Amino acid sequence: MQTEYISAFNVVIGVLWRFWPVWVGLILVMGASFTYKKRLGLYGQLFDSGVGIAGVFICLFWLFTAIFASTISPFDPLAQVSVMKDTLPGAIEPASKLVYYFGGDKLARDVFSRMVYGSQIVLIIAPAATGFALMVGITLGLPAGYYGGKIDTFLSFLANLVLAFPVILLFYLLVTPGIMDTPIPYGMAGLFFLFPIIFFCVLFWTRYKNRPDRLYILLGITLVLGGWIYTGLVFDKDPLRIVHIDPNQLNIFVAVVFASSPGVFRIVRGLTMDIKTRDYVAAAQTRGESPWYIMLWEILPNARGPLIVDACLRIGYTTILLGTLGYFGLGLAPESPDWGTAIKDASRLLRSFIHPALPPTIALMSFVLGLNLLADSLREQSMKD
Amino acid sequence: MFSFIARRIGTILLTMLCLTLVVFFLVNLEPNLKKLAISQTEMHTPADQLESWLVNHGYRQNFFVRYGQWLGVLPKHPITDPATGKTTQRFSFCNDPAEPQFSGVLQGDFGCSTKFKTTVAAKLFPALGATGLLMFWVLAVMVPISLLIGILAGMREGSRTDRVLSVASIASTATPEYVSGVIFTVIFASWLGWLNGSAASASQGITFYNFTLPVITLAIYGIGYIARMTRASMVEVMTQQYIRTARLKGLSFSSVVIKHALRNALIAPFTVIMLQFPWLLTGVVIVEVMFRYQGFGYTLVEAAGNNDIDLLLGCSLVSVFIVLITQLISDVGYAFLNPRIRVQ
Repeated sequence: MQTEYISAFNVVIGVLWRFWPVWVGLILVMGASFTYKKRLGLYGQLFDSGVGIAGVFICLFWLFTAIFASTISPFDPLAQVSVMKDTLPGAIEPASKLVYYFGGDKLARDVFSRMVYGSQIVLIIAPAATGFALMVGITLGLPAGYYGGKIDTFLSFLANLVLAFPVILLFYLLVTPGIMDTPIPYGMAGLFFLFPIIFFCVLFWTRYKNRPDRLYILLGITLVLGGWIYTGLVFDKDPLRIVHIDPNQLNIFVAVVFASSPGVFRIVRGLTMDIKTRDYVAAAQTRGESPWYIMLWEILPNARGPLIVDACLRIGYTTILLGTLGYFGLGLAPESPDWGTAIKDASRLLRSFIHPALPPTIALMSFVLGLNLLADSLREQSMKD
Repeated sequence: MFSFIARRIGTILLTMLCLTLVVFFLVNLEPNLKKLAISQTEMHTPADQLESWLVNHGYRQNFFVRYGQWLGVLPKHPITDPATGKTTQRFSFCNDPAEPQFSGVLQGDFGCSTKFKTTVAAKLFPALGATGLLMFWVLAVMVPISLLIGILAGMREGSRTDRVLSVASIASTATPEYVSGVIFTVIFASWLGWLNGSAASASQGITFYNFTLPVITLAIYGIGYIARMTRASMVEVMTQQYIRTARLKGLSFSSVVIKHALRNALIAPFTVIMLQFPWLLTGVVIVEVMFRYQGFGYTLVEAAGNNDIDLLLGCSLVSVFIVLITQLISDVGYAFLNPRIRVQ
């Protein structure tokens, strides 16, 4: 049976139409941001430059795509319709009369739906892993920079040790199927996921230790929420069955956090060493504030500018790392729709078909580009102040 | 200065020791040893024979004993047949000692590759040579282009050229090798047919046809980063008093840029270029796998995929050494180029 195709023009229109929830969301958010940009602080200032608008636009585009993935994509990303094997863009699926907008891949899956669902994986893992890396880096970088001396030497040596590993070798060692039979990923997860809890406990303790009414509420919330997520992520024993992560995803997550937290550590340490010579730190020391109060409530807020910029860049870099993992077939399931795995599958067959390769490459590139533009614009704005 | 370098080299050695210990621990995890035994024996070998293979080849000795053997501070033992007491080589394909002797990294013996059935040295060093060639061409393309872009952009901050080049370099940093590799292959190999999408034939001899794609793919990711650093450094230099003085003296803009600004603006990019090596190492792995070029990265992937213990240790030793030594060169070189910095 001959596959029917729609024209290239109709493909473009069709794709734009499928993204309708994204356009609605973008119009709402961008419109609101433009209207109230004076009152939105740093975020509002992003809308003063073309680069900033482009960055926000691209990031929001992928954010909404990830949120509305099930509405946007016409097919299940894992469904195989054997008639559609290696079809070119615009092929019509005979049973449902829906269109394979970007064609079918070698396993007869819809490339468009896979690209849309791939955004979900990236937009969950990359920001979350960056968040944990920030927590680890900040909690260790602050004392290293503030105290200096032996703590600094030891922690810096550890950070340099991890940084001296080529990332790819680290992943080959840490994200192999065999390692999930050992307690190593769970041990590392248990260690890394402890940091946010410690961070917030110390944060609230140093600020409110003389105001028990507030302190106990905040500490309680931190411990209950943190403990709940902790049991769900590390032991997979969430009593409510909401927080759940696959063992192989946990493994990837841990490896990515492990690879990027030394970078955060170095930045935080450098910033701390710079800021601790300022007058307001000396004033706080004279007042007799505890070292952790100074670190968390005097130094950290003043280091936020470079850290926000770095976090943006780092989410992009983590996306690239996830793609690398997918490209080498490490960790993620072979049929997973994430962009790296899709690029790997398609790049082997470039000689015969090029259309399955382009959507995931362009998707990954545009998302990282959006984050980089955002970071660049943020840096420019924070330098103006 | 000398004590600084000596101390740094001491740190490097300590780091290498720690890292190889970590790698050694990870490759010797039980599942990995199982995988090795299965790949080294025939198909469908029963579990007890796998175990006896591991015991025979010395993989069941104490962890630290085996690390010491690899390092060369403890003697390596051949296989001893318990019935006859006769000794045979552990791996006949790479001249393992038939009697106990010290033969580790310290003695210059990197061990035996179980995947390629040869010594690690015989496999690793030609691969390093091939990658060195690739690296040379990448740097030859990357450094001039990125410096040029950075200088042109930073010369007049905020101009149209600056904005266009800055966005272009941001875009290039957003393009990892596996993305640009696919895009370039689609454009230049599938569509235009100008270049070869595989560099497998480059091992026999490199030509423009088979080597351009890997080189530009690898270069493009670094270009943006170095260009941005050069731009930042150039922008800073251009606001200095001595540049204004030179302009007020009546010198032309081009001669101010070339004679006064350039020399001072190029100090920071030097460090950045040296620190690019660790990134290039990851890129090399992706590019060599993608274009099937038989170099260091390809060897690393093969070693890791087959849990080839000695080869993987050799690879990590080499890559860690490269990373640390480039850091040292960048620090020393920075102090050398910028006399205001004193190393302590």
